[in-house]
Amino acid sequence: MADNLETTVAFWYLAIAAVGAGALMLVARNPVHSAISLVIVIFHVAGLFVILGAGFLAVAQIAIYAGAIVVLFLFTLMMLDMRRLPEERVTHRQIWLGIPLGILLAVEGVVVSIGTPEISESIKGAFPPATVSDLGGSTQALAVALFNDFTLPFLGASVLLTAATIGAIVLARRVEAHEQADFPQAASGSSTSETAAEADAAEPVLEESAR
Amino acid sequence: MILNGFLVVGALLFALGATGVLIRRNAIVMLMCIELMLQGANVTLAAFSRYLDDQAGFVLVVFSLTVAAAEVAIGLAILVALSRVYPVVNVDQLDSLSG
Repeated sequence: MADNLETTVAFWYLAIAAVGAGALMLVARNPVHSAISLVIVIFHVAGLFVILGAGFLAVAQIAIYAGAIVVLFLFTLMMLDMRRLPEERVTHRQIWLGIPLGILLAVEGVVVSIGTPEISESIKGAFPPATVSDLGGSTQALAVALFNDFTLPFLGASVLLTAATIGAIVLARRVEAHEQADFPQAASGSSTSETAAEADAAEPVLEESAR
Repeated sequence: MILNGFLVVGALLFALGATGVLIRRNAIVMLMCIELMLQGANVTLAAFSRYLDDQAGFVLVVFSLTVAAAEVAIGLAILVALSRVYPVVNVDQLDSLSG
Protein backbone atom coordinates (compact mmCIF):
# COMPACT_ATOMS: atom_id res chain seq x y z
CA MET A 1 0.00 0.00 0.00
CA ALA A 2 1.46 3.32 -1.01
CA ASP A 3 0.75 6.31 1.18
CA ASN A 4 -0.96 8.19 -1.65
CA LEU A 5 -3.53 10.97 -1.47
CA GLU A 6 -6.65 8.79 -1.52
CA THR A 7 -5.34 6.65 1.31
CA THR A 8 -4.44 9.71 3.35
CA VAL A 9 -7.85 11.31 2.87
CA ALA A 10 -9.63 8.04 3.71
CA PHE A 11 -7.43 7.59 6.76
CA TRP A 12 -8.19 11.07 8.11
CA TYR A 13 -11.92 10.67 7.53
CA LEU A 14 -12.01 7.23 9.20
CA ALA A 15 -9.80 8.35 12.08
CA ILE A 16 -11.78 11.49 12.88
CA ALA A 17 -15.14 9.73 12.51
CA ALA A 18 -14.07 6.79 14.70
CA VAL A 19 -12.75 8.99 17.51
CA GLY A 20 -15.73 11.36 17.23
CA ALA A 21 -18.23 8.50 17.44
CA GLY A 22 -16.29 7.11 20.40
CA ALA A 23 -16.64 10.47 22.16
CA LEU A 24 -20.36 10.57 21.34
CA MET A 25 -20.69 7.15 22.94
CA LEU A 26 -19.43 8.53 26.25
CA VAL A 27 -21.74 11.54 26.37
CA ALA A 28 -24.94 9.80 25.17
CA ARG A 29 -27.45 9.61 28.02
CA ASN A 30 -29.44 6.80 26.41
CA PRO A 31 -27.57 3.44 26.33
CA VAL A 32 -29.17 2.66 22.96
CA HIS A 33 -27.52 5.76 21.50
CA SER A 34 -24.22 4.54 22.96
CA ALA A 35 -24.72 1.21 21.19
CA ILE A 36 -25.41 2.98 17.87
CA SER A 37 -22.23 5.05 18.34
CA LEU A 38 -20.33 1.82 19.00
CA VAL A 39 -21.58 0.47 15.66
CA ILE A 40 -20.29 3.63 13.95
CA VAL A 41 -16.88 3.20 15.62
CA ILE A 42 -16.78 -0.46 14.55
CA PHE A 43 -17.54 0.33 10.90
CA HIS A 44 -14.87 3.03 10.76
CA VAL A 45 -12.28 0.80 12.43
CA ALA A 46 -13.18 -1.82 9.82
CA GLY A 47 -12.38 0.84 7.21
CA LEU A 48 -9.00 1.38 8.87
CA PHE A 49 -8.38 -2.37 8.59
CA VAL A 50 -9.12 -2.13 4.86
CA ILE A 51 -6.52 0.66 4.53
CA LEU A 52 -4.06 -1.59 6.36
CA GLY A 53 -4.67 -4.29 3.77
CA ALA A 54 -6.55 -6.67 6.07
CA GLY A 55 -9.82 -7.17 4.25
CA PHE A 56 -10.68 -10.37 6.10
CA LEU A 57 -10.33 -8.63 9.45
CA ALA A 58 -12.62 -5.83 8.26
CA VAL A 59 -15.33 -8.31 7.29
CA ALA A 60 -14.84 -10.32 10.49
CA GLN A 61 -14.99 -7.11 12.49
CA ILE A 62 -18.32 -6.12 10.95
CA ALA A 63 -19.76 -9.64 11.21
CA ILE A 64 -18.68 -10.29 14.80
CA TYR A 65 -18.86 -6.84 16.37
CA ALA A 66 -21.72 -5.16 14.54
CA GLY A 67 -23.53 -8.40 13.81
CA ALA A 68 -23.19 -10.24 17.09
CA ILE A 69 -21.78 -8.16 19.94
CA VAL A 70 -23.79 -4.97 19.49
CA VAL A 71 -26.94 -6.99 18.80
CA LEU A 72 -26.28 -8.81 22.08
CA PHE A 73 -25.96 -5.43 23.81
CA LEU A 74 -29.24 -4.25 22.29
CA PHE A 75 -31.03 -7.46 23.28
CA THR A 76 -29.84 -7.05 26.85
CA LEU A 77 -30.92 -3.41 26.88
CA MET A 78 -34.34 -4.53 25.68
CA MET A 79 -34.60 -7.31 28.27
CA LEU A 80 -33.47 -5.15 31.18
CA ASP A 81 -35.73 -2.27 30.09
CA MET A 82 -33.68 0.69 31.25
CA ARG A 83 -36.66 3.06 31.60
CA ARG A 84 -38.00 0.94 34.44
CA LEU A 85 -34.71 1.01 36.35
CA PRO A 86 -33.42 3.97 38.36
CA GLU A 87 -31.46 6.62 36.46
CA GLU A 88 -27.72 6.36 36.08
CA ARG A 89 -26.11 8.70 38.57
CA VAL A 90 -22.74 10.16 37.59
CA THR A 91 -21.21 11.96 40.54
CA HIS A 92 -19.04 15.06 40.27
CA ARG A 93 -16.16 13.21 41.85
CA GLN A 94 -16.15 10.71 38.97
CA ILE A 95 -16.25 13.51 36.39
CA TRP A 96 -13.46 15.54 37.97
CA LEU A 97 -11.26 12.50 38.52
CA GLY A 98 -12.13 10.52 35.40
CA ILE A 99 -11.81 13.18 32.71
CA PRO A 100 -8.33 14.44 33.72
CA LEU A 101 -7.12 10.84 34.04
CA GLY A 102 -8.54 10.09 30.59
CA ILE A 103 -6.92 13.18 29.08
CA LEU A 104 -3.63 12.20 30.73
CA LEU A 105 -3.87 8.71 29.20
CA ALA A 106 -4.75 10.18 25.80
CA VAL A 107 -1.82 12.65 25.87
CA GLU A 108 0.54 9.91 26.98
CA GLY A 109 -0.63 7.60 24.20
CA VAL A 110 -0.43 10.31 21.54
CA VAL A 111 3.07 11.36 22.61
CA VAL A 112 4.32 7.77 22.51
CA SER A 113 2.57 7.16 19.16
CA ILE A 114 4.04 10.24 17.50
CA GLY A 115 7.46 9.41 18.89
CA THR A 116 7.45 5.90 17.42
CA PRO A 117 10.44 5.77 15.07
CA GLU A 118 10.38 4.59 11.47
CA ILE A 119 10.57 0.80 11.32
CA SER A 120 13.95 -0.33 10.05
CA GLU A 121 14.29 -3.08 7.47
CA SER A 122 16.28 -5.31 9.84
CA ILE A 123 13.35 -6.02 12.19
CA LYS A 124 10.73 -6.64 9.52
CA GLY A 125 8.92 -9.97 9.53
CA ALA A 126 8.47 -12.80 7.08
CA PHE A 127 5.50 -11.39 5.14
CA PRO A 128 6.58 -8.48 2.92
CA PRO A 129 3.99 -7.38 0.30
CA ALA A 130 5.65 -9.53 -2.38
CA THR A 131 5.26 -12.70 -0.29
CA VAL A 132 1.67 -11.79 0.55
CA SER A 133 0.75 -11.42 -3.13
CA ASP A 134 2.61 -14.65 -3.93
CA LEU A 135 0.43 -16.44 -1.38
CA GLY A 136 -2.67 -15.09 -3.14
CA GLY A 137 -3.66 -12.14 -0.95
CA SER A 138 -3.85 -10.92 2.62
CA THR A 139 -6.47 -13.48 3.66
CA GLN A 140 -4.30 -16.37 2.48
CA ALA A 141 -1.29 -14.88 4.28
CA LEU A 142 -3.36 -14.58 7.45
CA ALA A 143 -4.44 -18.22 7.11
CA VAL A 144 -0.83 -19.35 6.61
CA ALA A 145 0.21 -17.58 9.81
CA LEU A 146 -2.88 -18.66 11.75
CA PHE A 147 -2.72 -22.36 10.92
CA ASN A 148 1.07 -22.73 11.07
CA ASP A 149 2.32 -20.59 13.94
CA PHE A 150 -0.88 -20.18 15.93
CA THR A 151 -2.54 -23.60 15.71
CA LEU A 152 -2.62 -24.21 19.45
CA PRO A 153 -3.99 -20.75 20.36
CA PHE A 154 -6.59 -21.25 17.60
CA LEU A 155 -7.75 -24.48 19.26
CA GLY A 156 -7.67 -22.70 22.61
CA ALA A 157 -9.94 -20.00 21.21
CA SER A 158 -12.49 -22.62 20.23
CA VAL A 159 -12.39 -24.07 23.75
CA LEU A 160 -12.84 -20.54 25.12
CA LEU A 161 -15.88 -19.95 22.93
CA THR A 162 -17.44 -23.26 23.99
CA ALA A 163 -16.83 -22.45 27.66
CA ALA A 164 -18.28 -18.95 27.21
CA THR A 165 -21.39 -20.30 25.49
CA ILE A 166 -22.03 -22.86 28.23
CA GLY A 167 -21.30 -20.25 30.90
CA ALA A 168 -23.71 -17.75 29.36
CA ILE A 169 -26.47 -20.37 29.16
CA VAL A 170 -25.94 -21.42 32.79
CA LEU A 171 -25.82 -17.81 34.02
CA ALA A 172 -28.87 -16.64 32.07
CA ARG A 173 -31.16 -19.57 32.86
CA ARG A 174 -34.16 -18.97 35.10
CA VAL A 175 -33.46 -19.19 38.81
CA GLU A 176 -35.77 -21.63 40.58
CA ALA A 177 -37.89 -20.29 43.41
CA HIS A 178 -36.19 -22.34 46.13
CA GLU A 179 -32.77 -21.21 44.90
CA GLN A 180 -33.83 -17.61 44.84
CA ALA A 181 -35.01 -17.68 48.45
CA ASP A 182 -31.37 -17.31 49.48
CA PHE A 183 -31.16 -13.81 48.00
CA PRO A 184 -32.73 -10.69 49.52
CA GLN A 185 -34.95 -8.81 47.11
CA ALA A 186 -34.08 -5.22 46.42
CA ALA A 187 -36.81 -2.81 47.50
CA SER A 188 -37.66 -1.45 44.05
CA GLY A 189 -38.29 -4.94 42.67
CA SER A 190 -41.70 -5.48 44.23
CA SER A 191 -43.19 -2.08 43.39
CA THR A 192 -43.00 -2.58 39.64
CA SER A 193 -43.74 -6.29 39.56
CA GLU A 194 -47.47 -5.89 38.83
CA THR A 195 -46.80 -4.15 35.52
CA ALA A 196 -44.06 -6.63 34.68
CA ALA A 197 -46.35 -9.59 35.34
CA GLU A 198 -48.67 -8.30 32.65
CA ALA A 199 -45.82 -8.15 30.17
CA ASP A 200 -45.11 -11.16 27.99
CA ALA A 201 -42.81 -14.04 28.82
CA ALA A 202 -39.89 -12.28 27.17
CA GLU A 203 -39.34 -10.48 30.44
CA PRO A 204 -38.38 -13.12 32.97
CA VAL A 205 -36.68 -10.63 35.30
CA LEU A 206 -39.54 -9.44 37.43
CA GLU A 207 -41.86 -12.32 36.66
CA GLU A 208 -39.62 -14.32 38.89
CA SER A 209 -39.65 -11.83 41.72
CA ALA A 210 -43.44 -11.51 41.53
CA ARG A 211 -43.89 -15.11 42.61
CA MET B 1 4.82 7.60 7.41
CA ILE B 2 1.22 6.88 8.31
CA LEU B 3 1.97 4.31 11.04
CA ASN B 4 2.05 7.05 13.67
CA GLY B 5 -1.43 8.14 12.57
CA PHE B 6 -2.84 4.66 13.18
CA LEU B 7 -1.11 4.51 16.57
CA VAL B 8 -2.63 7.87 17.52
CA VAL B 9 -6.11 6.63 16.57
CA GLY B 10 -5.58 3.47 18.60
CA ALA B 11 -4.35 5.44 21.61
CA LEU B 12 -7.27 7.90 21.42
CA LEU B 13 -9.86 5.11 21.17
CA PHE B 14 -8.26 3.34 24.13
CA ALA B 15 -8.19 6.55 26.19
CA LEU B 16 -11.83 7.26 25.33
CA GLY B 17 -12.82 3.76 26.43
CA ALA B 18 -10.87 4.08 29.68
CA THR B 19 -12.47 7.46 30.38
CA GLY B 20 -15.88 5.93 29.75
CA VAL B 21 -15.24 3.12 32.22
CA LEU B 22 -14.22 5.77 34.77
CA ILE B 23 -17.07 8.24 34.36
CA ARG B 24 -20.08 6.15 33.29
CA ARG B 25 -21.97 4.15 35.94
CA ASN B 26 -24.32 2.22 33.69
CA ALA B 27 -23.02 -1.35 33.67
CA ILE B 28 -23.93 -1.97 30.02
CA VAL B 29 -22.33 1.27 28.84
CA MET B 30 -19.21 0.36 30.83
CA LEU B 31 -19.04 -2.96 28.94
CA MET B 32 -19.39 -1.03 25.66
CA CYS B 33 -16.48 1.20 26.73
CA ILE B 34 -14.37 -1.92 27.30
CA GLU B 35 -15.20 -2.87 23.71
CA LEU B 36 -13.98 0.58 22.64
CA MET B 37 -10.67 -0.04 24.44
CA LEU B 38 -10.35 -3.38 22.63
CA GLN B 39 -10.98 -1.58 19.33
CA GLY B 40 -8.11 0.81 20.08
CA ALA B 41 -5.82 -2.13 20.84
CA ASN B 42 -6.94 -3.83 17.60
CA VAL B 43 -6.06 -0.77 15.51
CA THR B 44 -2.59 -0.65 17.07
CA LEU B 45 -2.00 -4.38 16.55
CA ALA B 46 -3.12 -4.27 12.91
CA ALA B 47 -1.04 -1.16 12.17
CA PHE B 48 2.14 -2.63 13.63
CA SER B 49 1.46 -5.91 11.83
CA ARG B 50 1.12 -4.10 8.50
CA TYR B 51 4.23 -1.94 8.87
CA LEU B 52 6.38 -4.72 10.34
CA ASP B 53 5.45 -7.00 7.39
CA ASP B 54 4.31 -9.60 9.90
CA GLN B 55 1.03 -11.48 10.22
CA ALA B 56 1.18 -12.02 14.00
CA GLY B 57 -0.67 -8.79 14.76
CA PHE B 58 -3.51 -9.64 12.40
CA VAL B 59 -3.77 -13.09 13.99
CA LEU B 60 -3.88 -11.45 17.43
CA VAL B 61 -6.75 -9.25 16.22
CA VAL B 62 -8.64 -12.43 15.31
CA PHE B 63 -8.07 -13.74 18.84
CA SER B 64 -9.03 -10.37 20.28
CA LEU B 65 -12.36 -10.58 18.42
CA THR B 66 -12.90 -14.06 19.86
CA VAL B 67 -12.12 -12.99 23.40
CA ALA B 68 -14.32 -9.89 23.02
CA ALA B 69 -17.26 -12.04 21.93
CA ALA B 70 -16.77 -14.42 24.86
CA GLU B 71 -16.35 -11.52 27.30
CA VAL B 72 -19.54 -9.80 26.14
CA ALA B 73 -21.54 -13.03 26.26
CA ILE B 74 -20.45 -13.73 29.84
CA GLY B 75 -20.64 -10.11 30.97
CA LEU B 76 -24.16 -9.59 29.71
CA ALA B 77 -25.28 -12.96 31.11
CA ILE B 78 -23.94 -11.86 34.51
CA LEU B 79 -25.85 -8.58 34.18
CA VAL B 80 -29.09 -10.39 33.30
CA ALA B 81 -28.63 -12.81 36.21
CA LEU B 82 -27.77 -9.91 38.53
CA SER B 83 -30.79 -7.87 37.48
CA ARG B 84 -33.09 -10.69 38.67
CA VAL B 85 -31.79 -10.26 42.20
CA TYR B 86 -30.97 -6.54 42.23
CA PRO B 87 -32.99 -4.54 39.68
CA VAL B 88 -30.44 -1.72 39.47
CA VAL B 89 -28.35 -0.47 36.58
CA ASN B 90 -26.00 1.76 38.56
CA VAL B 91 -22.87 -0.18 39.49
CA ASP B 92 -22.34 2.05 42.54
CA GLN B 93 -25.52 0.59 44.05
CA LEU B 94 -24.12 -2.95 43.89
CA ASP B 95 -22.22 -2.46 47.14
CA SER B 96 -23.53 -5.19 49.44
CA LEU B 97 -20.02 -6.66 49.78
CA SER B 98 -18.61 -3.37 51.09
CA GLY B 99 -20.32 -3.88 54.47
